[in-house]
Amino acid sequence: MSDDHHHPSARTPIEDRVDALEALLVERGIIDPAAIDAIVEHYEHAVGPMNGARVVARAWVDPAFRARLLADGTAAIAELGFGGPEGDHMVVVENTAAVHNLVVCTLCSCYPWPVLGLPPNWYKSPPYRARAVREPRVLLAEMGCAVPDDVEIRVWDSSAEVRYLVLPERPEGTDGLDEDALAALVTRDSMIGVARL
Amino acid sequence: VMMQGHLSGRFRHAIERMDPSWYLASSYYEHWLTAAATGLVEAGIITQADLDARLGAPFPVARPMRAPRLADPGPSVDAHRFAVGDEVRVREWHPFGHTRAPRYVQGKRGTVVRLDGIFSLPDVEYHCDHKRTEPTYSVRFEADELWGSPGDPVHVDLWDSYLEPVTE
Repeated sequence: MSDDHHHPSARTPIEDRVDALEALLVERGIIDPAAIDAIVEHYEHAVGPMNGARVVARAWVDPAFRARLLADGTAAIAELGFGGPEGDHMVVVENTAAVHNLVVCTLCSCYPWPVLGLPPNWYKSPPYRARAVREPRVLLAEMGCAVPDDVEIRVWDSSAEVRYLVLPERPEGTDGLDEDALAALVTRDSMIGVARL
Repeated sequence: VMMQGHLSGRFRHAIERMDPSWYLASSYYEHWLTAAATGLVEAGIITQADLDARLGAPFPVARPMRAPRLADPGPSVDAHRFAVGDEVRVREWHPFGHTRAPRYVQGKRGTVVRLDGIFSLPDVEYHCDHKRTEPTYSVRFEADELWGSPGDPVHVDLWDSYLEPVTE
């Protein structure tokens, strides 16, 4: 098929297309550049995995909060002041001695923005999206996460409105640490399920 | 405009309509850019000619919508048909339009593990002026059932009309 609008054989660089579209929309008054800047600012600075880390640390030190978190993720996360788009229906899944949880969106890239920020590139890539459901144990091993044979891996495909957060197990030897110090131990990857702490 | 665009299935379905070889070879943000341009042209806010002229080259967009427009969304369902522990099977069908039933679970048997909220059915919403709302569920599928060999279970979140009861 020769060059057409649906399968062009040589595309102009993406930056040129972004510039063309943005210029057109600003010129027509359809978008406000200041609004775009505010959104970028919000997702660069105000939202990120440090939010999820606070949720995890609180669950580690406060058993009642942990129970509320597992019963109603959205409400418990909101207690810490986090919420918003892509986090309106949160389910928190806990890792235990018998279970390791892994989150994916096979259909696109659904991700719990309010607690983890914007998803990493690998999470949005076709190989991760396909292999997380097809061969999670092999995939995790390749990503440096060895899950013992007697631990079940539960994969959660975010195909509807629920967004998932993994509650990792608290590492051994952390009894003396306060909540801030505990939060500093929690990685983004552990809350997606591709790492263990 | 952009935030709303991302959250809607209209945006997702535009990405799904990208030529597959282009989709797999392009970056995530190129998918977003293409969906935004496609959506704006299809909504009549800008024209393909506007884009081509501004770019100085054909501005690539997704393939046209193939699913017919629905006049009737069908009846909304406000109560869960299934309970935790019920065995269900995912309907087997492959529409031209948007669906959130992943292909790898279609026709497969699983167990309901969680009842979730009632939400607009994407298969209807992006092809109809009216919405149909239905309960959603998390359904657990064993690896044997999905892939024909032992492995770890997968939980998929599914709308009520995607599911049929298993009677045997």
